[in-house]
Amino acid sequence: MLARLSQRYGVLIALAAIIALLPLVFPSTYYYRVASLVWVSAFAAIGLNILMGKAGQVSLGHAGFFGIGAYAAAIGPAHLGLPSLAALVVGAGFSALLAYLVGRPILRLRGHYLAIATLGFGALVALVITTESHWTGGPDGMPVAKLSLFGWRAGGSGTWYWIAGGLLLGGAWIAFNLDETPTGRAFRALHDSEIAARVTGIDVNRFKLQAFVIAAVYASLAGSALAMMNGFVNPDQAGFLHSIELVTMVVLGGLGSVVGSIVGAAVLIMLPQFLTVFQEYENLLLGFIIIVSMIFMREGIVPTARRLISRGRA
Amino acid sequence: MPYRSPIRHIIAAGAFALSVSGLSICSPAFAQQTVKIGSVLSVTGPASFLGEPEDKTLRMYVEKINAAGGVAGKKIELVIYDDGGDANKARTFATRLIEDDKVVAMVGGSTTGTTMAMIPVFEDAQVPFISLAGAIDVIDPVRKYVFKTPHTDKMACEKIFENLKQRNLTKIAMISGTDGFGASMRAQCVKVAPTYDVEILTEETYGPRDSDMTVQLTKIKGVAGIQAVVNPGFGQGPAIVTRNFAQLGMSATPLYQSHGVASKSFIELAGAAAEGVRLPAAALLVGDKLPDSDPQKKVVVDYKQAYEATTKQPVSTFGGHAYDGLFILVDAMKRADSTDAKKVRDEIEKTKGFVGTGGIVTMSPTDHLGLDLTAFKMLEIKDGDWTLVRPGG
Repeated sequence: MLARLSQRYGVLIALAAIIALLPLVFPSTYYYRVASLVWVSAFAAIGLNILMGKAGQVSLGHAGFFGIGAYAAAIGPAHLGLPSLAALVVGAGFSALLAYLVGRPILRLRGHYLAIATLGFGALVALVITTESHWTGGPDGMPVAKLSLFGWRAGGSGTWYWIAGGLLLGGAWIAFNLDETPTGRAFRALHDSEIAARVTGIDVNRFKLQAFVIAAVYASLAGSALAMMNGFVNPDQAGFLHSIELVTMVVLGGLGSVVGSIVGAAVLIMLPQFLTVFQEYENLLLGFIIIVSMIFMREGIVPTARRLISRGRA
Repeated sequence: MPYRSPIRHIIAAGAFALSVSGLSICSPAFAQQTVKIGSVLSVTGPASFLGEPEDKTLRMYVEKINAAGGVAGKKIELVIYDDGGDANKARTFATRLIEDDKVVAMVGGSTTGTTMAMIPVFEDAQVPFISLAGAIDVIDPVRKYVFKTPHTDKMACEKIFENLKQRNLTKIAMISGTDGFGASMRAQCVKVAPTYDVEILTEETYGPRDSDMTVQLTKIKGVAGIQAVVNPGFGQGPAIVTRNFAQLGMSATPLYQSHGVASKSFIELAGAAAEGVRLPAAALLVGDKLPDSDPQKKVVVDYKQAYEATTKQPVSTFGGHAYDGLFILVDAMKRADSTDAKKVRDEIEKTKGFVGTGGIVTMSPTDHLGLDLTAFKMLEIKDGDWTLVRPGG
């Protein structure tokens, strides 16, 4: 137990150290931008991993919540006169409520049926965002007001690097802590065997719904952060491809592993930046790398690496 | 789990840090005698029909300019990134162009979505950005460092309505796509219709991937007094509208398409149904049919020949936008005799009488597009080819 605890804090401290020390090797602000994107995406991926990796439920429409968060940050200040931070909270609240209402019926589905239902949910959110152009600016998106706190305006990749880093640290900390709570244990039981979990007295539907709502809030916050960072939103952020990207981050990094989500996000964000030198072969290579890593590291990058290291030590 | 495991994470962290810093090693340092021009284009993905010809055009002409000695005593180094049509990626590449590649100007941004996402980056960095996107939002309101070359959707509406008015057709129906292009142009058309005394009696929309528009067109057919139908949209949608329109026997009513379908593939897709369809388009499509007195004739014919000879593909207006953007920029650099971003910006704004593929460009501090309605030609499809509609016809 003590070992687990200190391991958990070890990881968090290591993460904090990376966030704090990385800027020392950044030659230009462009790297702040890439790293901030990694932190924000990793934050969303950690949330989705709670649902997929811990509670064992799939969601192919998670970008829907991401989009709601992003558009909350855009619409709140522009149409409702809300301060950015309040809009972020409202967005997260709305996502939670929607996740609760939608999750109640659809989380009773399993496997492919659940996947299709969540996919449909994501498509609906994207459709509403695209069509309601009075509010959302339609398919071309809309600008987002800069985040301002007590008269101080957050602009530039440098500032956002620290905000996104802080967000990620908080998100990782909560996800780690969740593991050790009765809820976290219930999630794991649910993941291993729904029937066994039910037999031991776990309210399966309630915990599934909890995981869904938590994941939705994570995605919504990440969406708001990205929108404010970019100063611009468009419906792609709520689209199917983005949902798939989030799922890929989780699976590639390692289901159930918090560090895995961060690594998965880092790979998926940074790889296209590296691969630009290959010009038109870029997408081909990206696909190839992902296929190869899924064949040889079936559990995901981090769990596989962990297994290899502990095997080497034994 | 053994106790010492955090070390592994720290090692992993170190590897991550190294890999990030490794990015900087990849970008080679170049000598002083080059000037960097950046471009973020949607070469792949759903908007590749825009980005691909733009990409080829830029590469081809930068090579030609360099072979002829470069600009302001320097050779141009072109840095192109492919955003795949993703606005978020475009934004990252824009930051990369500014911060890492240190470009002095940018010609790019294939779609309105990617352009709008990149604008804040260039405005903050005070680097001129010549966009290749269609919507009027790019230059209205005017932003100090943002310019664009393609005609706006507002101009397309005006050109269509002008033609309608000349033919005394003032009661119309509109059917538009819900994609970015269609939605933006629809809004502009609704806005400018009253200025031309055009009344929109009914409106229908279709999704960008719909494969049948008979329902919407049947509704339009049922509305009494419709004298013409206007279809803002691009991609395959307008071709299906055109086919369904003929299938429903509505061909007696004039059908207007937008500049969004100004490519040969539209005529191929719509087939015989395309006969008689009118649309506003750039001179590039009808270069060989222009009278010799037309100042644009030489430019568009030369570009068409050069493009088709190099790429072995039919010319499109989209590549022409990139041609215009590149040469507006290069001319500005020549006039400024400098590659300083601010001086170049000022000179771009002073562009006067530039003859491009899209029209004759005269910019001003309040107009960062510089085209008027004469830049559009009204075309009619006859016998599977474009023909010029005579003014007033």
